[in-house]
Amino acid sequence: MHFSDFFKGTTEINVTGPKIIASFEVFGITINFTESILLSWIIIAGVTLLLLWLTKDMKTKNISKRQVLAEWAVQTVYNLVDDTMGKGNRKFAPYIGALFTFSILGSLISLFGLRSVTADFSVVLSWALITFIWVHATKLRTNGLWGYLKGYASPVFVMLPMNVLSEVSLPVSMSIRHFGNIASGMIISGLVYYALTSITKAIGVAFMTIGIPAVLSLYFDLFSSFMQAFIFIMLTMVNVANAAEAD
Amino acid sequence: MEKAIVLAASAIGAGTAMIAGIGPGIGEGYAVGKACEAIGRQPESSGAVTRTMFIGCAIAESTGIYGFVVALLLMFVNPFIGKL
Repeated sequence: MHFSDFFKGTTEINVTGPKIIASFEVFGITINFTESILLSWIIIAGVTLLLLWLTKDMKTKNISKRQVLAEWAVQTVYNLVDDTMGKGNRKFAPYIGALFTFSILGSLISLFGLRSVTADFSVVLSWALITFIWVHATKLRTNGLWGYLKGYASPVFVMLPMNVLSEVSLPVSMSIRHFGNIASGMIISGLVYYALTSITKAIGVAFMTIGIPAVLSLYFDLFSSFMQAFIFIMLTMVNVANAAEAD
Repeated sequence: MEKAIVLAASAIGAGTAMIAGIGPGIGEGYAVGKACEAIGRQPESSGAVTRTMFIGCAIAESTGIYGFVVALLLMFVNPFIGKL
């Protein structure tokens, strides 16, 4: 995109997946290095640098402002995990906090005009699969192999297909919910930009090009991103906490 | 000609899929109404009520989102063109 294109507005509606930057052939399998992977690594690097700066030379007395910020962030995640999963599960807090940060920054990156990482279905599907594997590993650990298998045939054996279906629907519903919300925001914003550009071209004066996109962005980018990130971690925690209870 | 029929059918299908938006609309309306009642009765618990309501709303929204994803596939991916 050239700088002059920036002021042209949106002149076409183009809904595609993330751009493929490079393709590798590894053992006959094509691996695509996409925009999402690049942006994910930029987010990871940025968060890592920020956290390294926040946690530099921590003290027990006369603490600095940035240490207060770091302690507040850690304490917030600890409190959330304690409330939702119970006191004994604090060891999961780092993963929950990392997932929340990654999810919200991956969605909010659209504020810089980049493509949201979470508007790529494979990204959210991989997070949902992590939750899925985690839930089933927890179930195996609490009930044992026999109890785990018996859980599929409860209350009667005829319910087996239903139980399998309900287990499979967990990652599908979690990933489609997150993807659908962010992608719908992206598409609706694109349509509105296109409509505003068309109106501006037709009447010759800039028509609402400053007001409407800001309000839409407030809902679709800020609110929706935060809600979806929060719901994703809440569902992960609730499902794992349920799996940890023996039937 | 066949392509035009498939495209038209996909467009109608996308529109029909979005009827799924009715359900979450009604359901979330009920949820928010009940949450308002709860906050009116116990204003001190508004934080917890609002948080729970948002989570419930987001979960109730999933059926609408499924319909939306189907509509999206029909409009922009056009899976049936390849079947000709």
